[in-house]
Amino acid sequence: MTEAAKTVATGRAIPDRLQSRTTRALHSWETILLVVAVLVFVINSFASPYFLNAWNLSDATFNFTEKAMIAFAMAMLIIAGEIDLSVASIIALVSTAMGLAMQAGAGVPVLVGVGLATGLFCGAVNGLLVAGMGLPSIVVTIGTMSLFRGISYIVLGDKAFTGYPDGFDFFGQGYVWWVFSFELALFAVLALVFWTLLHRTNFGRAVYAIGNNATAAQFSGIRVARVRFTLFLLTGLTSGIAAICLTSRLGSTRPSIATGFELEVVTMVVLGGVSILGGSGTIPGVVLAALIMGMVTFGFGLLNVPGIVMSIFLGLLLIGVIAVPRLIRGR
Amino acid sequence: MSILKHREALLALAILLLVGVVAARFPAFVRPGNLANVFNDTSPLILLAIGQMIVILTKCIDLSMAATLALCGMVAALLNGAGVPLPLILVLVVVLGGLLGAVNGLLVWKLGIPSIVVTLGTMTIYRGTIFLITDGAWVNAHQMTDDFKALPRAVIAGLPVMSWVALAAIALFTVLLTRTPLGRSFYAVGGNPHAAVYTGISVGRTQFLAFVIAGALAGLTGYLWVARYAVAYVDIASGFELSVVAACVIGGVAIAGGAGSVIGTVMGALFLGVINNALPVVGISPFWQLAISGSAIVLAVAFNSAQNRPAGRIILKSVEPR
Amino acid sequence: MKPVLSLRGISKSFPGVKALQGVQLDLYPGQVTALIGENGAGKSTIVKVLTGIYQPEEGSIEIDGTPIRFASAQDASRAGVTAIHQETVLFDELSVAENIWLGHAPRTRFGLIDRRAMRTGATRLLASIGATLNPDLRLGDLGIASKHLVAIARALSTEARVVILDEPTAALSHKEIHELYDLVETLKRQGKAILFISHKFDEVFRIAERYTVFRDGQFVGEGAMSAVTEGELVQMMVGRSVDQIFPPRSHNIGPPVLTVAGYCHPTEFADIGFTLHRGEILGFYGLVGAGRSEVMQALCGITTPSKGAVRIDGEVRVIRSTHEAIAAGIVYVPEDRGRQGAIRGLPIFQNVTLPSLARTSRNGFLRLAEEFRLARDYTRRLDLRASSLDQELGLLSGGNQQKVVIAKWLATKPRVIILDEPTKGIDIGSKAAVHEFMAELAAEGLAVIMVSSEIPEVLGMSDRVIVMREGRIIDEVAGDRMTPETLVRAAAGIAEAA
Repeated sequence: MTEAAKTVATGRAIPDRLQSRTTRALHSWETILLVVAVLVFVINSFASPYFLNAWNLSDATFNFTEKAMIAFAMAMLIIAGEIDLSVASIIALVSTAMGLAMQAGAGVPVLVGVGLATGLFCGAVNGLLVAGMGLPSIVVTIGTMSLFRGISYIVLGDKAFTGYPDGFDFFGQGYVWWVFSFELALFAVLALVFWTLLHRTNFGRAVYAIGNNATAAQFSGIRVARVRFTLFLLTGLTSGIAAICLTSRLGSTRPSIATGFELEVVTMVVLGGVSILGGSGTIPGVVLAALIMGMVTFGFGLLNVPGIVMSIFLGLLLIGVIAVPRLIRGR
Repeated sequence: MSILKHREALLALAILLLVGVVAARFPAFVRPGNLANVFNDTSPLILLAIGQMIVILTKCIDLSMAATLALCGMVAALLNGAGVPLPLILVLVVVLGGLLGAVNGLLVWKLGIPSIVVTLGTMTIYRGTIFLITDGAWVNAHQMTDDFKALPRAVIAGLPVMSWVALAAIALFTVLLTRTPLGRSFYAVGGNPHAAVYTGISVGRTQFLAFVIAGALAGLTGYLWVARYAVAYVDIASGFELSVVAACVIGGVAIAGGAGSVIGTVMGALFLGVINNALPVVGISPFWQLAISGSAIVLAVAFNSAQNRPAGRIILKSVEPR
Repeated sequence: MKPVLSLRGISKSFPGVKALQGVQLDLYPGQVTALIGENGAGKSTIVKVLTGIYQPEEGSIEIDGTPIRFASAQDASRAGVTAIHQETVLFDELSVAENIWLGHAPRTRFGLIDRRAMRTGATRLLASIGATLNPDLRLGDLGIASKHLVAIARALSTEARVVILDEPTAALSHKEIHELYDLVETLKRQGKAILFISHKFDEVFRIAERYTVFRDGQFVGEGAMSAVTEGELVQMMVGRSVDQIFPPRSHNIGPPVLTVAGYCHPTEFADIGFTLHRGEILGFYGLVGAGRSEVMQALCGITTPSKGAVRIDGEVRVIRSTHEAIAAGIVYVPEDRGRQGAIRGLPIFQNVTLPSLARTSRNGFLRLAEEFRLARDYTRRLDLRASSLDQELGLLSGGNQQKVVIAKWLATKPRVIILDEPTKGIDIGSKAAVHEFMAELAAEGLAVIMVSSEIPEVLGMSDRVIVMREGRIIDEVAGDRMTPETLVRAAAGIAEAA
């Protein structure tokens, strides 16, 4: 009998973990992000005397809160190996649907209901095409990106919806307590919800399994199509929530609303350490990435740097974040 | 015969049907002069779609094409303002476009970054660069020389130069893709990357070349666009990359790579071109364009995948007579 | 006669496995040499060495007596060695002529591909092997037999001197196989040296002049086909003494657990019926592509059968998904570990608990302590070697990955476990541990199905063996009839010796 066979009965004890969770956390991408966030904060405080002011900082959060809400769901979608490029267009369509509802005389609760339902509907369309029919998500969502925004253009043309009812402005302009806006509070709540969903539930585990090896996940009894469909529903829903906040903040709906958001959302997710090829990433990473992007945008704003230069910076950041580790590893 | 040929015939039929429906109500639409106009209007889309198709053949995608177009167009306008002679400008925009494509290609080839991420990033970088070099200022018609503006509109043998450029590109790339080793290697790399390596083809290098070609085409189109519309600013051709992808997908280019043809892509572009030109004629707001091309992408990709379902392997040999 | 190509003392190893140990091989012009051996004997490794994909650690390759090194696939092809693989690696979207000429196409004066020359060249090459395919057809529209013809024409276009046919008849119909034989004759007449790899003895005796036998990565023997009998070849291939020792089995077989009757699939298998008992190990033997895995995957809800009944403990169960299979107590440990079994990017413990999450969690929320407990229990039972349960699965050796995959399935507490090639590609030590463990499971009353192409394993572990060929059950072997000869003959379709 071989050596291996003799030890079967006893077996060896394998420790659960070699590194403590703290040690592991210290070596993670999130720690680097945290350091960067602190650095940006310090640099900004020195660069501009207006930075360290509670109200100014509070204003700055509007730079990222809406995008970050979508980024949480997008992170889960990308971890599962899919992508949704239609999120900004979902915002446009949701906002348009709310505008139509408003014209029909809907009150605030109905407006919110219409917004959430439209977002879910758009997510369901993407989900059916990708998970139901097995089409590639990149092309499908490039298509629905045109389609959803296209419907807004059909409805609105070069016009805009304005005159949302009183009370609706709370979602984008209201404050929960002191300098803490409703959007910031919602951002925090959603961060907690998505953190729990991704890191503390069976569903989250299934997302990682699918992103790493969808076939093996299916062989392991995971209902892959159902999980994928749900993820598209979630991006649709969070896009709907973001659309409510953005529409409320702007007080109007134009078909060009939120143009280019999809790029910023994807950048946020990738900067947050989510692998664009799927399989890994965390919600805390995305939260930190959102804070960094928000503070950088705010800092650039204080220095009177135009928005388009900020977008160059984002583009460089998106590529750099992926390229630099690969360059260091020698590929 | 093959699915592809079959599909191109279907597409041609769809275009004819579309033209026929419009013509039934508005006969003026099918006057040769107007059809030539439609083709001329679609030329930029055709040029870019051919470049995009080559990139997609190699399993990549280039979302930065419209930004490349805009940047090269702006550079052409600025060079014109600086007194650079037109032939040199033409060479320079093609070279610049090729270089911008090479940046995409190098990131994909040497660092193995997925092309969608690379070009999503360079899309904003290239467009932002226009702002950096102009400070957001427009270059208007009166700031351009007459010969600069006249070239795309100059009529030779009944067609404007713009159309001739598109026709030349169709001919050139049909030959390139079907008759040269490089052309065939685009198909090989996308169709079966592992087997391509066995036959001595470098996958990364081939993808790089595809991006260079796409960039060069976008560069040339940048000049044509700016000269034809006689204006250059940061946002020209904004969102055009989506129409380009739409043209490819409608034209039967498989997004998974390895399948597609110049003629199919051109028809995909013409399909969109006919719709865009017919909408105002039949009295539908041009605001419908975006939604129509979006639906066309979704329908086309669903159609493509339904046609390409792989057949399972068959173990049972003898099928008993019943 | 001098060999065109000879290999001497070739060794190649992978982490944990010695795939080839000092093997030799000679190929002669105008002759077919059959390479014979079981799965895992090293046949596919030698093909990869010959085509420049693997570089051996030791040994020499000589062409016409001159030593040569193949640093890449291109080197081998330049030296005139071409392989036609099990799944022909060509380009579906290109035409027949383009597939033949890709990479070395004839050119016109202007440097363009000379399509006329390409077409006539293709027609000529195809005609030289007796094929009349239209060179303009898209390859993807052809059947597998025609693709083989194209692959062979491609080999001829590169002026190959050595042609390797790796299981060329595995996916062909009866008629197509005969056409392939004619083709091999043509290649012989053209003076090519042919290496023919096949499991099927009738084939080998029909077309080969010489044979070489490998076993467990070692050279066993060679000689002329005319000087050997089927029985002798089977013995060389299987080995007189089985050098593996299998664990003792308690043959305490209980009542039926799983009964399958009239099980059919439109294209993959037909009329499958068998009964599996508590405490039993039922072996499924057959050649690669006999439809064994396909039956198992249907049983586990991965594919859908067209007809038939599955009973568990006498109750009819309809299984439409892996989820339902797990609930019904049937689990499948897949053959393709990398693609279907292991999730390499996830930690060991998460791999183990993936199908059992419903049990370790509460109301859909994970309970890590429970997960670690489950993972600890099962990895210890399988004697897993790893530094921690939190380690990424991909960092373990193949054998240890397989243990985790098996642990994952056992943790679901199944009634029936199906192991598909459970010891394929893993080292001897892990193999023994897996065998030991299977015996233990059966002794505990689990019903085990083992799909295996390794004869010693099938005979050493099973209580009964079902042999499949071409999607059907050909024979059921038990007791005294459980011999290597019976299995090989049944699987290959050779009449039993008198």
